[in-house]
Amino acid sequence: MLKILKYSFYDLMRSRWSYVYFLFYLLLGFVLLFLNNDVNKAVITLMNIIIVLTPLIGTIFGVMYYYNSREFTELLLAQPINRKKIFMGQFLGISISLTLSLVLGLGIPFMLYGLFKSTAIFNFGLLLVVGSFLNFIFVALSYNIALSTENKIKGFGYAILMWLFLAVIYDGVFLISLVMFDEYPLDKFSLIATMFNPIDLSRILILLKLDISALLGYTGAVFRKFFGTNLGMMLSMSILILWVLIPVVRMNLKLKNKDF
Amino acid sequence: MIDFKNLHKKFGKLVVLNGLDLNIKEGGIFAILGPNGSGKTTLIKCLLGMVIPNEGSIAYKGKSVLRKWDYRNDLNYLPQIANFPPNLTVVELIEMVKNLRPKQSYEQDLIKLFGLTDSLQKKLGNLSGGTKQKVNIVLTFMFDSNLIILDEPTNGLDPIALIHLKELILREKAKGKTILITTHIMSFVDEMADEIVFILDGKIYFKGSVDALKKQTNNDNLEHAIANLIAKQYA
Repeated sequence: MLKILKYSFYDLMRSRWSYVYFLFYLLLGFVLLFLNNDVNKAVITLMNIIIVLTPLIGTIFGVMYYYNSREFTELLLAQPINRKKIFMGQFLGISISLTLSLVLGLGIPFMLYGLFKSTAIFNFGLLLVVGSFLNFIFVALSYNIALSTENKIKGFGYAILMWLFLAVIYDGVFLISLVMFDEYPLDKFSLIATMFNPIDLSRILILLKLDISALLGYTGAVFRKFFGTNLGMMLSMSILILWVLIPVVRMNLKLKNKDF
Repeated sequence: MIDFKNLHKKFGKLVVLNGLDLNIKEGGIFAILGPNGSGKTTLIKCLLGMVIPNEGSIAYKGKSVLRKWDYRNDLNYLPQIANFPPNLTVVELIEMVKNLRPKQSYEQDLIKLFGLTDSLQKKLGNLSGGTKQKVNIVLTFMFDSNLIILDEPTNGLDPIALIHLKELILREKAKGKTILITTHIMSFVDEMADEIVFILDGKIYFKGSVDALKKQTNNDNLEHAIANLIAKQYA
């Protein structure tokens, strides 16, 4: 598996898009820090971007890599390797290279800014951890979609729809339902609904850490009231881990009976 | 050496393999023929473990291969479409495949034979279709395995490369290897194959030597003999 991981990683690290992605974050980091001069504000702005962008890029890279390397995967499948290892290697290769683009792209400007001396280092660290989680989650989800969909165009469509749903539509439906069922107690419903969306969960996780109640929103407030800051963070972190593990398990189950 | 028993495979409603039985003994060149969509590639992919049959068994050297992977160390496979990661160079790809197989490899002679020395440092994305197929052939023949499976090996090759490929196949045969080939080029079959396996509607319709086929269909030309086989089914 490590060999496959190494080559997938190597392959992606040499593609133009990894650099575009890296440079984008680099530029973003510099602009936000040096024009803003307030690390906390920069972290919030970054959060808003990361929470939407990393899932999108993870989704697109995942689907694209799967479909583009299909014939090559066939070559690998004919080698004496367990097929689970091939796909786990590819999955980790994509996720790690995207994570590297994110961490280096944002890390370099922050280091130059002298982040290590400021107190924002933990907030910033958490931001990177959540971003990395989102990378792993969305690459895994998009790999699941790609594995289940033979048609490239359809697969791409489903993957983008999934992103759109989790990043935009979910919140809308959620808000509407809150308004509609105004008269009922909605605490539990909204708590559970948040856990079913990794993007919402990430947002709450970061906002809990930043301790900005004004931005927490309804779910965030309920979340904090229910679990408190520390328990809330532990819980949302473990659910994020589940969000990585479940798609990976499903991927392996799907692979058992998949024809290539 | 290879034993397919009662093999069934459906893709949705489409029945591709319908109770196929086939035994392939060790040594020699076997051409797997059949009209488009008759299940040739599916059969090969079942043997490789890429397609999982709905029913039936496949044994390689007496051992079942279903859901196993280590037996693949003893076979070489040339896939139909050679599409490699565009960012790797040829030499990196060769190193990678070598890395994945715990086996002695002999790629240097093959690289020279197919004139790939100048292309070694080029990225795979920049190679022409024929050159990719040559790389594909090098990857397939650089290991010493008892079973060699070639899916449309002649695709995109220039005449010189084709001659080299034929020599290569005959050399492996002389070493006592078993070689399975699918192709639509009948002259290639006529020249190379010891035995023909003709698949139709997911079953073995004919199995025997080229001469036997010609005799059975009363036809001296292999192309016409095969056409004759298919036409019988249409009638």
